[in-house]
Amino acid sequence: MLHFVVRRVLWAIPVLVVVSFISFVIIQLPPGDYVTAMVAEMRNNGEFVTAVQEEEIRTALGLNDPLLVQYVRWISAILLHGDFGQSFHWNAPVADLIWGRLGITLILSTLSLVFTWLIAIPVGVYSAQRQYSFLDYLFTVFGFLGKGIPDFLLALVLMWVGFAWLNMDVGGLMSPQYEGQPLSVAKALNVLGHIWIPVVVLATGGAAGLIRVMRANMLDELGKPYVETAYAQGLSERQVVWGYPVRVALNPFISTVGWALPALFSGDVITAVVLNLPTTGPLLLQSLKMQDMYLAGGFILILSVFTVIGTLLSDILLAWSDPRIRYA
Amino acid sequence: MSNPTLPPMPSERLLDLRDVQVGFATRDGRVAAVNSVTYHVDRGEVLGIVGESGSGKSVTVRAIMRLLAKNAVEGAGGSIRFNPDGDRELLLSAEHKNSRLMREIRGGRIGMIFQEPMTALSPVHTVGTQIMRTVMLHRKCGRTEARARAVELLGKVQLPNPEEMVDRYPHQMSGGMRQRAMIALALCCDPVLLIADEPTTALDVTTEAQILDLLKSLQDELGMAIIFITHNFGVVADIADRVAVMYLGRIVETGSVDDIFYAPKHPYTQALLQSIPRLGQARVRRLKTIRGSVPDPYNVPKGCPFHTRCDFADAALCGTELPPRKAFAGDQSALCHFAGELREAGQ
Repeated sequence: MLHFVVRRVLWAIPVLVVVSFISFVIIQLPPGDYVTAMVAEMRNNGEFVTAVQEEEIRTALGLNDPLLVQYVRWISAILLHGDFGQSFHWNAPVADLIWGRLGITLILSTLSLVFTWLIAIPVGVYSAQRQYSFLDYLFTVFGFLGKGIPDFLLALVLMWVGFAWLNMDVGGLMSPQYEGQPLSVAKALNVLGHIWIPVVVLATGGAAGLIRVMRANMLDELGKPYVETAYAQGLSERQVVWGYPVRVALNPFISTVGWALPALFSGDVITAVVLNLPTTGPLLLQSLKMQDMYLAGGFILILSVFTVIGTLLSDILLAWSDPRIRYA
Repeated sequence: MSNPTLPPMPSERLLDLRDVQVGFATRDGRVAAVNSVTYHVDRGEVLGIVGESGSGKSVTVRAIMRLLAKNAVEGAGGSIRFNPDGDRELLLSAEHKNSRLMREIRGGRIGMIFQEPMTALSPVHTVGTQIMRTVMLHRKCGRTEARARAVELLGKVQLPNPEEMVDRYPHQMSGGMRQRAMIALALCCDPVLLIADEPTTALDVTTEAQILDLLKSLQDELGMAIIFITHNFGVVADIADRVAVMYLGRIVETGSVDDIFYAPKHPYTQALLQSIPRLGQARVRRLKTIRGSVPDPYNVPKGCPFHTRCDFADAALCGTELPPRKAFAGDQSALCHFAGELREAGQ
């Protein structure tokens, strides 16, 4: 097991190097650069900048250096100082922008992931155990509805319900009077009152699909001979089902849990925009629209790194849960 | 617990099936899988059940274990009685699949070995874990004791290095080793009855012979009764004391091994025996076969179920009337109108 983990971790290193390089190339791809934008802004403000001066600034900032040199400078700044460069749209360090929103994004995404699993696994198991029962059909209907209704529509409906019938102020993560206030019990309660809508929206969408996956996996597993063996040992139905087939049926879940990591980070962009949530998703969307290259590049790099780490985590978890992979 | 309309079981009787009927409700209607099956197992004896695929041999033992599929429908008149300790008759046919009594009996008093050693063990648990769970469940003991028992059992089924094997996963073992582990699992709580459902069908002949030897020596040592299901007459001759031959959900003939092999009374048993090549038999160009194939279970022939393939059938009688069960000396009986009147072609 240790051998397996060490080997996987070592393999992740070259992957990360390649991924970060590709991220950097992507930032450079759009025509124009930071200086072009800065000079255009200065000219707008009535300052006179010649092409020679523009070129000097570029040289001073190192933008004329070969791509490889620039890459090494960019990546070493990130690695050594945590400096992701400057966002010229927000005129603030990229790192501050991203880390500022990361906390709330992770809380929200983790909550919705936990709820997704809490709903999807028991319901999927029940549906498979009692296939074609009334509740199975009911869950199936809700599953397809949940899958079919776009998240943002559900978000709008829930906002309207909360606003019109429950008389709540909805949207955002807290009421305006708590913005920028230090953390207090009242503020925490207020956040809880707001956060349920995105959590419900994100969890239903995710759970609807996962219920189907879990049900199908369980149906496959329940018919296998080892389940009959387990019954023949005198275990109760609950012990059999949760002890044996669920363990095996969870493997596809475990192998995809790593993908949740980048998804946690980017969040559900449209839902976040509709609900006006201060998460990283809308920030990424905006940075792409504005060609805010260092911000977008920082995002792409972090997303890629999270994907690599997530896959690594999945592999390790899967090896831990399924001996056939560990020893293969 | 005993049913007042049934005669009490003799004290040597361990398991008694009477008139057991099982059908399955399918989209295309009801299929009868087991029709009025009656057999019994005495303490410490080995009953071999022989029959083709679909003859209902596995379904019958699943009815004993109460592990029938959800769409199974049981006939009301049948009874399955089990007397594990010689002092109480338990009417298993009245028990629900998940009743407390059945859960105590399964794994505790009746162990079961399955056909597919490749898939009958959980792929994500070690062999030891699977044995320990059963031991801890029935003996209410701790992990250390259960583990010691698992190691002891793996040694008993002659796996090399049991201390090492206990932490192995099924995929790290060969088919024969897995079947040994399966036997250890079935025997972990010293059952009085072991049901072996085609335990050697998926194995090659060398391994098959080893597993049969192992089962025989374990039976000598532990003294449990065995119901041994197979479609292989050679295996039955090797291990069984008594034999029941099944065809299309019915027991067509039952008797001691010697009677079945040397004086078969039912044309089906005779035909099966003639289809086996034997050392020293007169040279023949082709082995005898049974003409036709097993009828569609949705469409069982009227009268004797075997008459469509029988060489001795009398269309008027066999095609209309279900034959009576004719009894012979030594507990042998056959389900045939002409049983005892046919030339005995087993030799």
